[in-house]
Formats: sequence, structure tokens, C-alpha cells
Amino acid sequence: MTDDPLKRLEDAMAAPPSPRRKSAAAEAAMRAFDEEFSETTQGSTDAPRPTSQTTKLRSWIMTTLSPTRLRGALLGGASVAALSLGLFVVFQANEPHYFNLYSEEKIAPQNLQAELAPAQGLTAAQIERAENALRSKNVTALRVPPKTADAGPMVRMSDGSLVKLSESRNASNEAIAPPAAPATSFLVDREIAQKPEARDRYANADANPVKLVSEAPVSTFSIDVDTAAMSIVRQSIMAGALPPAEAVRTEELINYFPYDYPAPTDGAPFRTTATVMDAPWAEGRKLVHIGIRGALPDAPVRSNFTFLIDTSGSMQGQQRLPLLIASLRLLLNDLGPEDSIAIVTYAGSAGTVLEPTKVADKSKILNALDRLAAGGGTAGAAGIAEAYRLATNSFDEDATNRVILATDGDFNIGASSSAALEKLITDRRESGVYLSVLGFGRGNLNDELMQTLAQTGNGQAAYIDTLAEARKVLVEERSALHPIANDVKIQVEFNPAAVKDYRLIGYETRALNREDFNNDKVDAGEIGAGHRVTAIYEVTPVGGPARIDDLRYQPATTEGDAAELGFLRLRYKSPGASESQLIETPIANETASPDVETRFAVAMAGFGELLRGSQHLGAWDWDNAIQLANGAKGEDRFGYRAEAVELMRLADAIEQD
Amino acid sequence: METDDNALAMAAGDGDRVAFAALIDRHYDRIFRFAWRLTGAADQAEDLTQDVSILLGRRIRQFRGDAKFTTWLYQITLNAARDAGRRNATRGKAMDRYAEDLDRSMAEDRERVAGAEWLQSALGTLRDDWRETAALVVGEGLTQAEAGEALGISEGTVAWRMTEIRKALTALAEAEARI
Repeated sequence: MTDDPLKRLEDAMAAPPSPRRKSAAAEAAMRAFDEEFSETTQGSTDAPRPTSQTTKLRSWIMTTLSPTRLRGALLGGASVAALSLGLFVVFQANEPHYFNLYSEEKIAPQNLQAELAPAQGLTAAQIERAENALRSKNVTALRVPPKTADAGPMVRMSDGSLVKLSESRNASNEAIAPPAAPATSFLVDREIAQKPEARDRYANADANPVKLVSEAPVSTFSIDVDTAAMSIVRQSIMAGALPPAEAVRTEELINYFPYDYPAPTDGAPFRTTATVMDAPWAEGRKLVHIGIRGALPDAPVRSNFTFLIDTSGSMQGQQRLPLLIASLRLLLNDLGPEDSIAIVTYAGSAGTVLEPTKVADKSKILNALDRLAAGGGTAGAAGIAEAYRLATNSFDEDATNRVILATDGDFNIGASSSAALEKLITDRRESGVYLSVLGFGRGNLNDELMQTLAQTGNGQAAYIDTLAEARKVLVEERSALHPIANDVKIQVEFNPAAVKDYRLIGYETRALNREDFNNDKVDAGEIGAGHRVTAIYEVTPVGGPARIDDLRYQPATTEGDAAELGFLRLRYKSPGASESQLIETPIANETASPDVETRFAVAMAGFGELLRGSQHLGAWDWDNAIQLANGAKGEDRFGYRAEAVELMRLADAIEQD
Repeated sequence: METDDNALAMAAGDGDRVAFAALIDRHYDRIFRFAWRLTGAADQAEDLTQDVSILLGRRIRQFRGDAKFTTWLYQITLNAARDAGRRNATRGKAMDRYAEDLDRSMAEDRERVAGAEWLQSALGTLRDDWRETAALVVGEGLTQAEAGEALGISEGTVAWRMTEIRKALTALAEAEARI
């Protein structure tokens, strides 16, 4: 081993392998060069472009393969469409099918060698290797170059000889444009392994500490109805890796699921229930489960949505723009004719793609969707301003007016800082337009910015990784996009006669100061129609296994009536109101045996705690979590809970791995 | 007679096809080497070099000759690498490709492959912008001022990053020693 680490790096970097694809790259470069200059030169021949044959083949594949998979595949290839193609390999049911792009004929596998070998000198082993690589990477299609022999004049200089093609520029333009210029093999679409990545940025804070009731009897926080963390956790686990601890916001894992909490009555906007139960993971401790359920409106509320869609280059790939478009189609099919949709895109410069349009005119909206394509940089701030402008102009008093930002988080906020963007949104939210953020794709997901934008814009952040998730957010739970209460804050005062210490599970990023509770200027989370929100405290009763020693000089007073464990205060503002209203509920010091809904919420809290590597679980492990969740699946109409149990099993297996 | 890079690039920018071809021929290896030093994987470096070659064809007109051609070339390569990284690089994937590479070149040169393996893991421990800095200063032998120009950062920042890189690599060496 070399002593100087930089010297070692230098040595390692000093011996690069020899390049193997120089001629192909040089050819591609020449074509790009020729295209660049032919576009501005009169009378030049066109550079090779995808032919009508390509289009025909595409239509064949379209009808044969699953459209969602394929749209992504072709979209991914669009940026390299200028390279011409020789052979298309399509994977269907994991079996490769080969097509000659020029004759559109299917090539039998046994003839593949004969057709391909002269083209690129590919050996059977190389073909097999490519196929295996493609299978393992879940790639849909592969293009293979045509025969180089037909390629016409080329630049070949890897051997040192310079082929002189022309002296003048005009002459060179006549010399180019071979009928089928060779290209190196490349993948049409690379569906990347969705592993957590260093570029993803998450918003989270250290776990809430245990607090002594004698020192800090009051706990204050804002509610959080986001679900983004759950999708991120799911995606990580499905890709075979545990999510980074900072990606796990436990309250979002809990609040992801619809719970059948008692519905509000007598026209109240929501109803709060508090249950005390034994903590499954710590003998002698209790859990205080607080469940809130928002009211559903009597009649459906009209939706006036302005979609702000990130169409920058980074939105390419199946998990991004194509998934977004498919999601919007789902939403469109579920909306009523009086609902209205507008679309603003931002890529390079912000632009309105679709003025506010009633869903009755569906074909116009579908046309606009079809025209969306990814490419270019991102001008985020301008896009937000434009979207708010549209939403404000088409403001409908009787509807939910909401800007829905769809992005992969590669959100270039231009010259303005994150703080300036927050200010812009803060100013705009006064108009009664809400903002939601839908995250797509992984790899440069800026979860932190998503959270900030959604929290500032009185909205919610969800992360869409599958069409099923899109359906959950935009169809099943769309009513939740209709706000029924703003700035919802929770304050729990613990009774020192009953509780020794407590800790709030999750809500780390939502903590509020005690004085913020009564200050109506302080922003907090919103609750939508039908929303369920859960908060869980772990408490040590007086006489229980204390985690913090008593002080010598300030002995804790535990005298007093212990009939109430604590007192729950909840503040909210009705939409449009500037003054908050207060709901107060005492929490009885009675341990109940929890119902199915509560047990499942607790299992999800445990799931989050396990993923975050919590110190408070003792010997309670994945098996316990699985058992608890599995026994509390309830009706589970959409299979969300079954899926969560499956994720726990996978996480268990990954951790043992 | 050797025409200098800037003259060649200016001629190419005026549409001289031969000049452009010569430019690609002359610099392909340099781009590839740099791409490999950025990624540590031959396969990714090939992809990146091809991307850069195509970009050069599209952008050569924008070369004004007010900076050194190689500096401009490094900038284009860095941007392309960042784009490619954003598009599709995951650690897992890099390792897949690396496994393929390793497999392929095993017979060629065992010793070099061991070096490449170390390079991969060393690069993997560095932040992306540090990796770029290391590739320019250590790999390409640029001065800190030149590297700063290519990266669009100050010389002082380059110096600071190099100190941090040394620390990170020392930590890696210590970790290796413990194994």
C-alpha cells in the first residue's frame, strides 16, 4: 500500500483502459456536426433521421406491448432519435424478439447470428451477454446498428489515418447522409434500479427525545397529512435496500393509511378520539393514540386544478413523465364535466400548455397531455408564478382551487433562493389557492424542497412511484384535496400526577413552540375532506420504568388527581377564516384494549421506529411488527395494509441479508 | 504540421468538416481518459465519451476561442457527466457495469483491474464535486487554477477540496488497513 493516498489515487488513475468505441463515437459526432450545419445550409441533404419504418414498427410494438412500459421506452429514446437504427430487440414476457428495422421483418433467433455477425461482428456470446444485461436491468428494447458496409463514406481515424472527405463545406454536405449510418449499440430505455441514492435529499430531524412531564408538560406540533415518506420507503424496499433513516418520517408512514375512525357528527369539521393502550414494545409503558377524522362534504365539491408540470430533461424515463401523464389520464376519467384543468409546463421557460378547460371538453385536455415531452432545463420559480396566475384568474369560489406541482425535484429555482420561493408561495396562498406537490422518479428527488413547498403552500406532498399510488392520491383520496380546516395544531398537556415522561413518535419536522399554538399567524398543516390523521405518544406512567432519574434538588411533584392522563387541545381555522377555533378533549387515564384501526396505526409506528433504528423498542423486532400489523388488517379494501405487511417481511429479510 | 487546438476548433466552428474530424480524432482519447477518471468504469466512460463527441458536433459553433479548447472540453465533459449521473447513475448500476467490465478485462491485466477496483471504491467514497476535482487535478494533472477555471470555482476552493479528498482517502486507507 502506498503511503500517500493522493499518490495512490494518481497511480490508479494513471492506467486507463484503452477506449474501444472510438470510431463509432467519431461517426456519431460527425453526424451531429453535419446535422448541426446542414440545418442552416441551403440545399443540403437531410441528415439521417428516423424513418417512417421506425414509426410503423413503433405502432406495431404499441399494439403488442403494454403501453405504459413502451411509452417510456420510446420517450427515453427520443433524445437519440437522430441515430439511425438497424435492429430492434423487444422483450416481451422476458423473451427477446428481433426485428429488422428496415424490412420490419421478424428475425428468427436461429438466424440472428447470421444477420448480426456481419453487421457488427457480434459473437453469439456477446449477443447473449447483451440480452442478459438487458433482462437484469429490466430494459424494454435495444437497438442494434445496421451493417457498417452499407454505411457510405465514413471518418476512420483510429488507426491514425485521416480520411479526407472534402475540402469545402458544401462538398462535405453532399458526401454525407448515408442511407443507414452506423451507430453503436445503445439502450432505448434504462429503467434504473431504484436504490436510494446520494443525490436524494430528505427533510427530517433527529427523533423526538424523551421529555419529563415535570420539566416540559406541554407538547405542541402541527399535523402532517403527507404520504411521500411511505412511497419512498416502499420503493427502496422493493428495490432491495432499506431506506436511509432520514427518509423515514414515521407520521407519514402512519398517515398513509385510511383508518376507520369515528366520523364527525353535527356538522363538526372533524372528530378527535384518544385511546390509551399498553405499549407493545415496552413493558410498563403506554401509548396514547390520537385519531382525527375529517368530515366529508355532503355533495362533491368541484375541482379547479392547475397542474404545473416539470418537463425538463430530467423528467425522461418511465417512472417520470410517462407515469405522470398516465396518472393525469386516471384523474381525468374520474373528474366530473364541471371540473376544470389547466396545465403549465416549465422547461427552459414557463409556458401555458392548456388554459383552464372544463373536463367536459376532454379531448382538448387529452390532446394537451399527448403533447407533453421532456427536454430542456428547468425554470421553476417562473412556472410557479404562472400557475398561480392561471389559478387565480380562474378562481372558482365553490371549488377547490389548487395548483398541483409535479416534479422529480430537480427543481431549479433560478436566480431566486429557496427563501424567495417560499415568500412567493406565502404571498400567493393568501388568494385561497392551495398547492400540492407530487414527486416522481428517484435519483435526484429533492424531498426537502418538496416538503418545504407543500408546507408553505398550505398543501400536501405525495410521492408517486406507481400508477396504483397515483390512483390512491388522485382518485381514491381526492376528496382530501378539498381543504376543510387550515393551520391545524395539536397541543397535549400531560398530567404530572399520571405521566412521568413522554415522547412523540414522528412529527419531528412539524414541532411547534408552545406559544405558537395560540398564535394564529403561525402556519401549520391542513386537513382535507375525509382525511385521517394519527399521532402517537409513548408515555411512562408515574411509577413506571422511568427513563430519566429524578432530580435531587427539585423532586417531581406527582400529587394530584390522576383521573386524566392529559388534555388535548386542537386549533384550526375554517377555510378563509383568519381566527382559529379551539377543540378540547380530556384524555382519560384508562387503558383500553385497542381496536383494529389503532393496532394497525401502532404497527406502522413500530415499522417507522424499526426503520429509523429507534433505541426505544427493546427486543421488539420485525416479527412482532409483522404479527401486530397482520392481525390488524381490517377490511383493507384496497390492499394497502396487506402491502405494508409484505414490506415489513421484505425489510426483515433485507436486514438479515 | 500541427495546427493548434484552438485554430482547429475555430475552423470546425465555421463548418469545416475535416477540421472537426481531426479535432475528435485528436481528443477522443483525452475525453475517454477523463471520463474514466470521473466514473472509474470503462463502460460508462465509453458512453459518456460518445455523448461528449456528439455534443461537440452540436456545440462546436459556440466555441469562441477566448478560453483554451481543452478547458472548454473539460467543461462540456463535466456537464455531460453530471447529466448522465442525474439520468441514470446509481451506485448499484455502476457496480453492475463494473462487474461486467471486470469480467471482460480480467484476462487482460490482473494488476490493473485490482487498481481499478480500488479506484471504483475510492471514487465511490468521494462526493460528486470532489470526484470531478480529483479527476482534473490528480488524473489530468491540471494546476489548481486550471481546474478551478474548468469547474467554475475559485482556486482556493480547489485547494480546500484537495485537502478534504486527501482526508477522505486517508480514512479509506485506514479502513482498509483494519480489514
